[in-house]
Amino acid sequence: MSTTFSSPFDAIFALQRALDARHQSDWFGSNTAGTGAFPPINIFQQRDDFVAIVELPGVDKVDLEIEAKESTIRISGKKEIGFGTSAGVHRRERASGGFDRTFSLPIDISAEAIRADAASRSAGEHTSVCLYP
Amino acid sequence: MFVPVTDIFETDDALTVMLEMPGVAKDRVDVRVENDVLTIEGQIDFGVYENLRPLYTEYNVGNYARTFQLSSRIEQDRISAALKDGVMTLVLPKVERAKPRKIHVN
Repeated sequence: MSTTFSSPFDAIFALQRALDARHQSDWFGSNTAGTGAFPPINIFQQRDDFVAIVELPGVDKVDLEIEAKESTIRISGKKEIGFGTSAGVHRRERASGGFDRTFSLPIDISAEAIRADAASRSAGEHTSVCLYP
Repeated sequence: MFVPVTDIFETDDALTVMLEMPGVAKDRVDVRVENDVLTIEGQIDFGVYENLRPLYTEYNVGNYARTFQLSSRIEQDRISAALKDGVMTLVLPKVERAKPRKIHVN
C-alpha cells in the first residue's frame, strides 16, 4: 500500500499550461518583438561594459533622446509615419507615435561615459547604447 | 525568417511599400521580381553579436523575408528600392493605362 500526496494529473496539467503559455507567447511569432513595450531592448555584457541594443526602425536620430542618471537610462522620442494627403492606404502594420521607456541596471553607471550609436553597430540602424560602469 | 511589418499606400503614379527591417544593412538586402512575385529578403550580420553575452532580452534577431504578388498594373522594370533608418522603401510605378485620368464633361 502506498500513499501519495500529489496527484499525477497536477503535473500533466502544469505541463499543459506551460505548453499553452509558450504557444500563445510571441516567441514563435512572425515578428522579432512581442507585443510588449516599445521600443524593445536587448541588453548584453561585453567584458566590463553593458551594451543595450534598441530596435528603432523608422526613427530619425534627431527625434531620439537618451538620458542617464545613476543606474537608470531613459529613452524617449517619436516615430512619425506620413503618407501624404493624396495617398490611399492599402495596408498599415507599422506603429507610430511617441515613446518613453526607462530601464535600470543593477549597478551605477558613469553617465558621462555612455555612448549612443545610431547606425554603425551592424550598419543596420539599430540604436546601441554602450554603458560603462 | 521573420516577416517584416509593412505599410502599403497608393498615389496617382505609384504604389509604395515600406518594410521595417531593423539590423539589416544595405548590402545584405535582396529584392527581386520573378513570375510577378516581388520578394524582399534581408540578412542580419550575426557577427555583431559575437562576444556579447545576453543579460536581458525582449526581441529576437533573425533574417527577414516577405513576398507580394504584383498585378499587371505595375511597371516592373522601374521598381526602385531604398533603405533608411531600418526601413526599406520600394516604389512600384504604375503603368500608364493604370493612372487616373480626368474626364471632361461636355
